[in-house]
Amino acid sequence: MKALKSRTRRTLLVAIILMMGMLGTLLINLNLGVVAISPIEVMKTLIGQGTENNSMVLFHFRLPRIVIALLIGAAMAISGAILQSITHNELADPGIIGINAGAGFAVVLYIYLFQGAGASTTSVFLLPLTALAGSMLAAILIYAISWKNGITPIRLILVGIGINSAFAALIIMFQLKMDPNDFTRATVWLSGNIAGTDWTYVLALLPWVLLLIPLAIYQSNMLNTLHLGDDIAKGLGTNVERHRLFLLFIAVALAGSSVAVGGGIAFIGLITPHLSKKLVGTNHASFLPITALMGAFILLLSDTIGRNILSPSEIPVGLIVSLVGGSYFIYLLMKS
Amino acid sequence: MANNTSENIVSKQKPPTSRPILATFILFGGIALLVLSVGGSILYGASNIDFITIWQSLTNFDASSTAHQIIRGLRIPRALAAALIGAGLAMSGAIMQGMTRNPLASPSIMGVTAGASFMMAVALVVMPQASNFVMMLWAFGGAGIGVAIVFGVGSISKTGLTPVKLALAGTAVTALLSSLSSAIAIHFNIAKDISFWYAGGVSSVQWMHVHILAPVALIGFVIALFLANSITVLNLGDDVAKGLGQQTIFIKITGTLVVLLLTGAAVSVAGTIGFIGLVIPHITRFLVGVDYRWIIPCSAVLGALLLVIADTISRMVNPPFETPVGTVTALIGVPFFLYLARREGRGM
Repeated sequence: MKALKSRTRRTLLVAIILMMGMLGTLLINLNLGVVAISPIEVMKTLIGQGTENNSMVLFHFRLPRIVIALLIGAAMAISGAILQSITHNELADPGIIGINAGAGFAVVLYIYLFQGAGASTTSVFLLPLTALAGSMLAAILIYAISWKNGITPIRLILVGIGINSAFAALIIMFQLKMDPNDFTRATVWLSGNIAGTDWTYVLALLPWVLLLIPLAIYQSNMLNTLHLGDDIAKGLGTNVERHRLFLLFIAVALAGSSVAVGGGIAFIGLITPHLSKKLVGTNHASFLPITALMGAFILLLSDTIGRNILSPSEIPVGLIVSLVGGSYFIYLLMKS
Repeated sequence: MANNTSENIVSKQKPPTSRPILATFILFGGIALLVLSVGGSILYGASNIDFITIWQSLTNFDASSTAHQIIRGLRIPRALAAALIGAGLAMSGAIMQGMTRNPLASPSIMGVTAGASFMMAVALVVMPQASNFVMMLWAFGGAGIGVAIVFGVGSISKTGLTPVKLALAGTAVTALLSSLSSAIAIHFNIAKDISFWYAGGVSSVQWMHVHILAPVALIGFVIALFLANSITVLNLGDDVAKGLGQQTIFIKITGTLVVLLLTGAAVSVAGTIGFIGLVIPHITRFLVGVDYRWIIPCSAVLGALLLVIADTISRMVNPPFETPVGTVTALIGVPFFLYLARREGRGM
């Protein structure tokens, strides 16, 4: 009982530290860049007292991008955490089992079929939908092919690897048939990019995140049970297949909708669960919320760095995630 | 707890199967097919050459004939290099998966590929005029650095070198190094120079490359065969292996050196060719069972076969342009891989 209490305290402490970190990053983020807005001016602008220029930059450019970074970070992190738990594999993440590649393939196919013509306003809405459909297609393929009197985690992973390779190959084939303009557009999208976001993207992603992350946290006990292994979970009277399918759906929907908005931001779904596990342990009830906060924090921090370090040219946020997250992850591995 | 579950797993599994007859068949049938496909690879290409000309170019070389020069200078080294690289990558993958007991492990996860491409990017900035051979040395050095970092990170940690930790360190180092090379590529504007290398392929192979690849592949193959039995035991788990009196650290270090040797050579000649190192070992394991004395040679044969055939197809799909060979390997291999994964499903 006492151990439980100290664990809860620790989780709360970590959560508070992460939120402070996020707030600090947010203020620094606004204070840097081509148009710098100081913290006091931010407050003024938020309550409607700022200059017209400031409020335009804040509300039209900075805030949507910040919110998108937070949402994608949290969604990808939770998706990775769920996949790692239900497949019992610490290397699993939405990228490695083909979810991102499925979305990428759908987008490349879309750009290829509607060469240039789709670059109008409709594509802002259609591209994310296409990507989401692609990731769902990948998930259905993986599940259908690995189903044989039920699913085993190992078969799920193996089939995922296969699907991933196939989609990656198809992406390259179609990309090579494109004209240079479309090729660049596809490449930018594939490498993960949240530079051009506005409120429509936020609105597209927000419902998914608000619905699915609480749902995942609500399923913590189930994740704890599944994490023990199929045999033990079955012995405890769990309907393993049904719950795994449901959790898999949550993971895919979270990854798919964030890939749809932000492109293929890799690595964050892989490392974030490890980082938060090191901090608060493996009970999903405390581990999942921390994972979501941690993912949001890492992506916001990375985007802030990527936008400003070589200003005015931007470094894709995916690169910074790998650099920052990767080095910290290596440090943790050496310390453990 | 950990002991408990591993005991459960061991007792519940069917006795580990090995299928030596099928394996022998794959080994010899595969070698025969390999010879045929190398022949096919020499025969077909942007300009098709008939069989008599090939024979003449070998027995009665005429330096003034373009066809003879194509055969001797381009086609033969290319086919041989493809076979050696395919074999090397597949063997490395088999060793990696056996040692780490993780079906997602592949040579690229050990930091080999990322290290090599990182040093390649550095070399393109520091000495842009370097010859092919010098670039190859840089890449090889980079592969070594990548492995050293991964292994170092894994062993420095207090709880020691566990398979999971090795794989995690590899993933992290790979991500770190490849993002560094992307940053270098963007900053120094060499993205185009390095992109051919990311795509991977054996189109620019010369005899010099074959001369380096052949002994490396042979040495790697021999050491891998010596390790095979120990890897089979190691694949049962560290505890079991230690219980049976095995020097697990020694086996792991030697195994990693072999992986470095084989993958380093392959990567420095042909760039990053994915899929073979990851998937061929699985296909082989599905076919021949769990004994690494069969898995390693059969992987080598199947890996060589796949890369030679894929390279030939990549030339024929859209001549005179070449389709990236990694794409072709994936498209040939995936359906077969999925079929096997579904049929067997036990994986490791």
